[in-house]
Amino acid sequence: MNGTIEALIAVTLVGSLVVMAGSDRYAAKLATAFSLIPLVGSLGMWATYDATGNALLGGDTAFTSRETWLALGPLPDIEWFVGVDGISMPLVVLTTVLVTLALVSAWTPIDERQSQFYGLVLFLEAGLLGVFTALDFFVWFVFWEAVLVPMYILIGVWGGPRRKYAAIKMFVYTNVASLVMFVGYTALVFGLGDAVSTFALPETAQALVVDNVQPDELAFVGGETLKVAAFAALFAGFAVKVPVVPVHTWLPDAHVEAPTPVSVLLAGVLLKMGTYALLRFNFTMLPDVARANILIIAAFAVVSIIYGAMLALAQTDLKRIVAYSSVSSMGYVILGLAAYTLYGVGGATFQMISHGLISGLMFMAVGVIYNTTHTRMVTDMSGMASKMPYTVGIFIAGAFGYMGLPLMSGFAAEFYVFLGAFQAGAFDVPNYDLLPAFTAVAMFGIVIVAGYLLFAMQRTLFGEYRLETDYEVGRAPLHDIAPLAVLLVLIIALGSQPDIFFEMIREASGPVADLVGGGA
Amino acid sequence: MFGIALFVDPATGNRRLIAGLSTAGALGALGVAAAYLFTFSGEAVHPFGDALVVDGMSLLFAVIVASVTAMVTLASYNYLAEHSYQAEYYALVLLAATGMTLMASANSLVTVFVALELASLPSYALVAFLKENKGSVEAGLKYFLVGALSSAIFAYGVSLVYAATGSLQLTAVQEAITGDFTGLLGMGVVMVVGGIAFKTASVPFHFWAPEAYEGAPAPISAFLSSASKAAGFVIAFRVFTEAFLRVGSGEFLVLGADWVLVFQILAVVTMTLGNLAAVTQDKVKRMLAYSSVGHAGYVLMSLAALSGGGASATAKIEAGQFVLAGGMMHLFVYGFMNTGAFLFIALAEYWDVGRTFEDFTGLGRQAPVASVAMTVFMFSLAGLPPFGGFLSKYLLFGAAVNSGFVWLAAVAIVNSAVSLYYYSKLVKALWFDERPADKKPLEISSRPVGLYAAVIFAAVVTTAMYGVFGPVSDAAVEAAAALL
Repeated sequence: MNGTIEALIAVTLVGSLVVMAGSDRYAAKLATAFSLIPLVGSLGMWATYDATGNALLGGDTAFTSRETWLALGPLPDIEWFVGVDGISMPLVVLTTVLVTLALVSAWTPIDERQSQFYGLVLFLEAGLLGVFTALDFFVWFVFWEAVLVPMYILIGVWGGPRRKYAAIKMFVYTNVASLVMFVGYTALVFGLGDAVSTFALPETAQALVVDNVQPDELAFVGGETLKVAAFAALFAGFAVKVPVVPVHTWLPDAHVEAPTPVSVLLAGVLLKMGTYALLRFNFTMLPDVARANILIIAAFAVVSIIYGAMLALAQTDLKRIVAYSSVSSMGYVILGLAAYTLYGVGGATFQMISHGLISGLMFMAVGVIYNTTHTRMVTDMSGMASKMPYTVGIFIAGAFGYMGLPLMSGFAAEFYVFLGAFQAGAFDVPNYDLLPAFTAVAMFGIVIVAGYLLFAMQRTLFGEYRLETDYEVGRAPLHDIAPLAVLLVLIIALGSQPDIFFEMIREASGPVADLVGGGA
Repeated sequence: MFGIALFVDPATGNRRLIAGLSTAGALGALGVAAAYLFTFSGEAVHPFGDALVVDGMSLLFAVIVASVTAMVTLASYNYLAEHSYQAEYYALVLLAATGMTLMASANSLVTVFVALELASLPSYALVAFLKENKGSVEAGLKYFLVGALSSAIFAYGVSLVYAATGSLQLTAVQEAITGDFTGLLGMGVVMVVGGIAFKTASVPFHFWAPEAYEGAPAPISAFLSSASKAAGFVIAFRVFTEAFLRVGSGEFLVLGADWVLVFQILAVVTMTLGNLAAVTQDKVKRMLAYSSVGHAGYVLMSLAALSGGGASATAKIEAGQFVLAGGMMHLFVYGFMNTGAFLFIALAEYWDVGRTFEDFTGLGRQAPVASVAMTVFMFSLAGLPPFGGFLSKYLLFGAAVNSGFVWLAAVAIVNSAVSLYYYSKLVKALWFDERPADKKPLEISSRPVGLYAAVIFAAVVTTAMYGVFGPVSDAAVEAAAALL
């Protein structure tokens, strides 16, 4: 048993309790200090990372712990099984980085019940770390749902005017989705019968993919149908989290109402839970079902990309613009996964990281603007650049990242995804020859993104300063700017040197790509 | 052996002493029962000419009853601060707990009946304990009348079983069942089901529950809906598997009436009715009462799914044992989360917060620790991870699927999803809702130590259930294996 991951999770949990029990006065600094421990820990893990291959497809994970935890009679064993591979490692780092930055960005806007707020954010971090490291379905699901409870309270208590509506909508949407997904997966495992005696993901993947065990009949559902049904249930469950059009409607509400630091984590990390799970479960464990339905999946991706971007184009609230653009950006991840090529799957993972950083930056920047002006409406603002040059400068840089300007992480990610998706057209697999056509349509998304971002920036940031507000608009304090600057540095670092992460991603993505087309 | 005896002069005015002694007594019983449970050799002891049996299951339920009793007596210390007749109160609670523990060990229909009455009679008095309060007295009366009726039905059922078989001891009944007198026996079995349905607050004898839980002092509601329900189920588990089921040939031979089918219908109706009724409540305590009916429906699945199972006879029996263990584990977890929830209500009654969801608004700000605990109970009752209720529901529903009852599990899952609505309604009231302007502001002047300790203890156990779930569920599977 390697205790690294457990220590990381335990530290955040203990931190959460300590902060919650402490006084409001020290909560912000204390929580930030606590979050530095998992941050340093995850960077240490990254530095000493030595996993090979894909955790689910015969690869070796790093920092692995595996012990039987609950043996429940004839039901599959539940194991405490954690570890990281090249797909989860970057996400763990992303989580710890973004949580620390989000905590710092909370210093200004959060002015009531601070100890509870910061405590809940740390609790959220523990859940997120668990989701990205757990390799046993049951444990993973516990973490998956554990994320939901603090999120629900964070939005519902500290959110904007319609926070109750947004929190409950988020809770109901994602919870029903979780239930559907849970039932789908457990049905699949029950259907596999004696072939798997545990909930461990590698064993299930091994049985399904490598040994090609077909699930038995379960009650009135035949084995082949069960696989398709499980795929559909899992896809539906994760699609809500991603979110994919048409089940995306909870996201803009949640984003708009959530306080800035929560929006940052919501867009930056929580959405990745959905795509991460899609990659791990749907695309890794049931590749033949995915392959057979590739056009439907690609259609979901393309609709999300284009429709999400068009919705963003129609918004006049800066935060809503960024929120809808997330729907669009996550569509690229699904497109990449659907491609089943090394660059498709790897690019999708890379896009998860990149979008985490860029959307985090955008939400924080909008938050900083809102903190000083108390408005987010594009129509109210003009010429902000003259009043808050640093914030606006970083905002512009982030927007360029979103548009996919070369040397920024967004460019690398989208380039990989498109490359991978075009390569998939060469597969000798039915329907894959249509994928380049889908990709070509999806690429229009970039144009729309550039459109709405440039349009919004032109109206709010440039021109003559005009803003009717009673508040004094000036430069933001250093602790508001610092997290933005850190994110910008990371975005440029990843964009100019994608191999920082792409090396390990490539190694873990290759085996997934091999499942359908080969790691071309 | 596990009777919780307490000898204190009822006239004493020392509240601290009686509450402390009662709690210590319950904790002592808990310690003894837990120690025996984890060192249990598998050899059952049959004292009193086989009228009682001490085996894994009775020990497990003694643990549940003792834990709930300890939490209830601890919380009652503050709750009863202003009331008279306190010594009598604790004596009645302990007497009822003794009856419930005895129910767990009863091995003959006559001991079952005696234990049932021993648990019920103090409960009637306890429900009506707030004698200045109309609701409490009315609830006590209603509980008593329905209880007396169902006792009569149960006793009549027992006499019919005796008429058909000539025995009262459970295994002797099973051996004596022949092809003769099937009609008589069938009537008897169905009437015994009725008696059990009363004690577990299952349909069709559930309608006393919302009234009684609503009117009773909240710690007593906790006691009845957790411990008494568990005791009712332990009788059901033992009587139906020992007396009215034959597994000798490796097959399930359901004797008397097709009670498995009866339980299937009851399970579905009970969980659905309980949950749907809970949705429409605007008083928190009534909502919890109906949710308690719903949970009875989930546990009934463990009897309803008995006859399923795998292809071979052994597989069938193993699946049956497992589904029984699932029910026991749900009752075990339920003992903590539901007691905690009702004790939170006790806390609210202590503060005079009010009864409706609206009255609870803003409590999260005023009493954050207790409200966090209540949030834990609500999400756990709804079956959300990372709380204990998720684990026990998973085990119970998974066991039903394992027995081939996918449809039953599906109904239960849909019900669970419905339940999330009303549980989260309370969470919303606690944390999100603004207090309406026309409501009197909350005045939370004190933090009663006993109530707080009990609530927090329940919340911690509900959350930390993952730590003890493994060993306890092993014990439950063993206990179930001894039955089938």
